[in-house]
Amino acid sequence: MGKVIVVTSGKGGVGKTTSSAALGAALAQNGEKVVVVDFDVGLRNLDLVMGAERRVVYDLVNVIQGEAKLTQALIRDKRVETLYLLPASQTRDKDNLTPEGVEKVIAALKSAFDWVICDSPAGIERGATLAMRHADIAIVVTNPEVSSVRDSDRIIGLLDSKTLKAENGERIEKHLLLTRYDANRAERGDMLKVDDVLEILSIPLLGIIPESMDVLRASNVGAPVTLADGRSAPALAYFEATRRLKGEDLPVTIPGEKRSFLGKIFGRKAA
Amino acid sequence: MTDVLTQPRPIRLKGRSFLALALTPELPVADWLVRLDDLAARSAGFFLRRPVVLDIDGLDIDRQELRELVEQLSSRNVRVMGIEGARTSQLGPDMPPAMTDGRPAADFEAPAESEKADKHAIDSVESAAPVPAHQQSVTAAPSLIVSRTVRSGQSIFFPEGDVTIVGSVGSGAEVVAGGSIHVYGALRGRAMAGSTGNAEARIFCRKLEAELIAIDGFYKTAEDMEPELRGKAGQIWLEGETIKAAILG
Repeated sequence: MGKVIVVTSGKGGVGKTTSSAALGAALAQNGEKVVVVDFDVGLRNLDLVMGAERRVVYDLVNVIQGEAKLTQALIRDKRVETLYLLPASQTRDKDNLTPEGVEKVIAALKSAFDWVICDSPAGIERGATLAMRHADIAIVVTNPEVSSVRDSDRIIGLLDSKTLKAENGERIEKHLLLTRYDANRAERGDMLKVDDVLEILSIPLLGIIPESMDVLRASNVGAPVTLADGRSAPALAYFEATRRLKGEDLPVTIPGEKRSFLGKIFGRKAA
Repeated sequence: MTDVLTQPRPIRLKGRSFLALALTPELPVADWLVRLDDLAARSAGFFLRRPVVLDIDGLDIDRQELRELVEQLSSRNVRVMGIEGARTSQLGPDMPPAMTDGRPAADFEAPAESEKADKHAIDSVESAAPVPAHQQSVTAAPSLIVSRTVRSGQSIFFPEGDVTIVGSVGSGAEVVAGGSIHVYGALRGRAMAGSTGNAEARIFCRKLEAELIAIDGFYKTAEDMEPELRGKAGQIWLEGETIKAAILG
């Protein structure tokens, strides 16, 4: 049985799709079977970021409405053969996602893949709540600024009340992924500090992804950043986050921060 | 022509809860009314001046039947102030309003049922009186303990008494308590204490960064709060009609 991850944030433009693709590719590079599901019906982007936009025939809505089989809608990545994409529909809207249909699709994917990554749309409406509904693990993507942090707080509240796990009285595993972290702006003090974000949201830190041109460059060529340039700073940060996701205890480094001698010894405790 | 008065004093909005008698009708309604008449005959004035809420959850009647039931009750001097558990299709503008979120309270004691009651009608009315006040004052005031962080968009509503939060209250979250509010963490959202008209209620927190605080309907926004209190452990109380705040410890 595979694990279902939802990548969510509440706010738009913080890096959900980029992170879904990057983490999916990083997990698949280790040989595990991964499917990334785009839940942003009507505003799909994941196909572009993964460079599969010209190969989309059927989508999630077709599968839910019984117009196509799941195997017909899945697109295999050309670079990593254990990485798949289930695209969203661009022409329909989110009302076409039914709870029963989503449940069926997720159950089928869980039995065939090691990891099912659900790329949630922004907002807290139907698309977002259905994307998180069946998750075992939630990755909350947050930028170090107040509006993003408050929206993430709202999403964490929903994860603790509206998911199937929460309704069954279980705890959903939640991780914070701090994205678009700008070391220069942090130094000038015009961004929230990592510790402040952690204090407000109080969930374990999965990783800090630095703001970088490499991310933009990667999505322009249609490749997850972890495939486009595996040695770039954001890619390395995503690889580390992936290892933590699988249970490894790695210290988190804040990009651009000069570490003291003691800091080097003790490191930063992650999660 | 009437001029609109612009007054600096804001309108006070307060929550208040009342104890109502919840009546649960059963089908067939005619038989149930006979039993109700029987109860009323045993104890004249049982329903007099008591607010009554009709609980029709799961009762299979339509709007017309419900309207007739309400009329039947009002002809018996039972005045229905609200209807609980109704579907929208069962209600109309001419009917009592829908009520939700009712909380169970101690049962009303029905008048005693024996021949004695017939003989000593006055006694039985007395036996239906509520439990004497001095007995109630012995029981501790109810309180609610929330042992998690209250996230943005979440709302804790507890008009019965004090609320203690072991965790923080996020920006955009709110806590409404009939009594005092204690936050063992940062208070970043809204806290409204004494919401049922308790001017003695206070707000305590480890770190005061609230967006809004209110006691007994008087409120203060973050902008009006003393900046030196920000981020400190503090307590907030009401003196007359002014909200006071001080650093704790």
